[in-house]
Amino acid sequence: MGKVLMKGNEAIAEAAIRAGCLNYFAYPITPQSEVAEYLSRRMPEVGGVFLQGESEVAVSYMIFGAAAAGARVFTTSSSPGISLMSEGISYIIGAQCPAVFVNIMRGGPGLGGILPSQADYNQATKGIGHGDGRLLVLAPASVQEAVEMVMTAFPLAEKYRNPVMVLGDGLIGQMMEPVEFPDHLKTEPSNKDDWATTGMDNRKSNKRNLVRSLYLDPVQLNENNLILKRKYEQMKKEEVRFEAYHTDSRYKLLIVSYGTMSRVCKTAIDMLAEEGIEVGLIRPLTVFPFPEEAVFEAAAREGCKAVLSVEMSMGQMIEDIERSVRGACPVHWYGKCGGEVPTPEEVIEAVKQLI
Amino acid sequence: MQSEVMFAGFGGQGILLIGKILAHTAMEEGYEVAWIPSYGPEMRGGTAYCTVVISDRPIGSPIIKNPLHLVAMNRPSLEKFAPTVKPQGVILVNSSLIDIDCGRQDVDQLKVPVVDIAQKLGNPRAANIVALAAFVARSKIVPIDSLKRCVEHEFQKKAKLIPLNLKAVDEGVKAAG
Repeated sequence: MGKVLMKGNEAIAEAAIRAGCLNYFAYPITPQSEVAEYLSRRMPEVGGVFLQGESEVAVSYMIFGAAAAGARVFTTSSSPGISLMSEGISYIIGAQCPAVFVNIMRGGPGLGGILPSQADYNQATKGIGHGDGRLLVLAPASVQEAVEMVMTAFPLAEKYRNPVMVLGDGLIGQMMEPVEFPDHLKTEPSNKDDWATTGMDNRKSNKRNLVRSLYLDPVQLNENNLILKRKYEQMKKEEVRFEAYHTDSRYKLLIVSYGTMSRVCKTAIDMLAEEGIEVGLIRPLTVFPFPEEAVFEAAAREGCKAVLSVEMSMGQMIEDIERSVRGACPVHWYGKCGGEVPTPEEVIEAVKQLI
Repeated sequence: MQSEVMFAGFGGQGILLIGKILAHTAMEEGYEVAWIPSYGPEMRGGTAYCTVVISDRPIGSPIIKNPLHLVAMNRPSLEKFAPTVKPQGVILVNSSLIDIDCGRQDVDQLKVPVVDIAQKLGNPRAANIVALAAFVARSKIVPIDSLKRCVEHEFQKKAKLIPLNLKAVDEGVKAAG
């Protein structure tokens, strides 16, 4: 199959089906409602399930139920909807179930706006729900990358028995770009008989599986949380992904940026290079685990005088950058947080103020 | 080499659709493309616009402050976006609805009464396709025969509209001179 021109939201929907996910529960919200619209039509065609919940809270427990029963399952929402789902996500993490959540971010706080934003960074990478849980978070910068990350998210969720989030923004959802659905990213759901409530019919042992997040015994709860901690440490070792752009130049300034914003930064970097101003870019593809070493090494490179975090938020990723840079050079912020995507010209101006 | 085309007009004029057809045509021609809609809280009767970026390299910023070309289907869009167009670009003015000029000496202004032309073809709703074809013919951004194939593809589920829209392409090309 060749390239097709697709809207990000529709491509995300199709990618999940191509990845072998036949269960989708959702509640519509702009700017990602086309995912539900597409799957309401497409899921019945492929023998899958589309069900609209009565709220995002209900959806998060539909996801929990399906995941606990061993099914590949996913949902999509946007910022306020993800906040509502965060309760269920916390339970899913505690119960160690795999599931995929897509957040097509819009401006906040509260209802905010419907235009692109990256202001759920902290929520996604640090504070999703209560308790000691985390998500593995992938951040696409194009429709094609959104497709690949959605397809990759399912086996990753199963590898860690932990929810994975694909963190896009309104522009990724609304934009049309050519996409392909790579066959090599199609995977078979893993066998979950050793822990999920898959029924006793084909089970080899008579052991009953119990999926739960409730541990009233503090020793047991501590043990369960240490298992989670070990998984997050393993993610930090095995799953860090990033792209380095223009870092073979003698740059004086390093930009760290992800998602839609990073594309604008690439154009700004190309335009600056034509003026003889060299700027490097580290683009995290995973925002948790964060590419700490790559950011540190790029910031500590001889000649690099400053780091600029460019994000569509008031400055959230900057804390991860500062932690990674470990004082090697000063870290600054530029961005907008009301739904406008900064232009390359605005990024260039922010760069020029620093050099 | 990168070109950006902004399509702008009222909601309901088929602005987003002609942007999509151009993006599809350019993709079929082997270019990198991105179609970026305006999706703010502006709906029925309001303005609608989209930008199509066509490039021979991977596309960086999808946010375009200064497009190379503009297809303006109503007066507010022309007034708002004509000043942003890069020098040497094409500005198509839907002269059926717009009674002013673009006010630029450094661009190629093409005035086409696209609604009147579509009306003569029997359906004013084909005005967007007339405008797209006239713009493509003048800017030579993609080949006309490739555009025709993509117009056909777009209407394949409403096949009875294909002859009308192919005629609209021909009339648009003619109007571009």
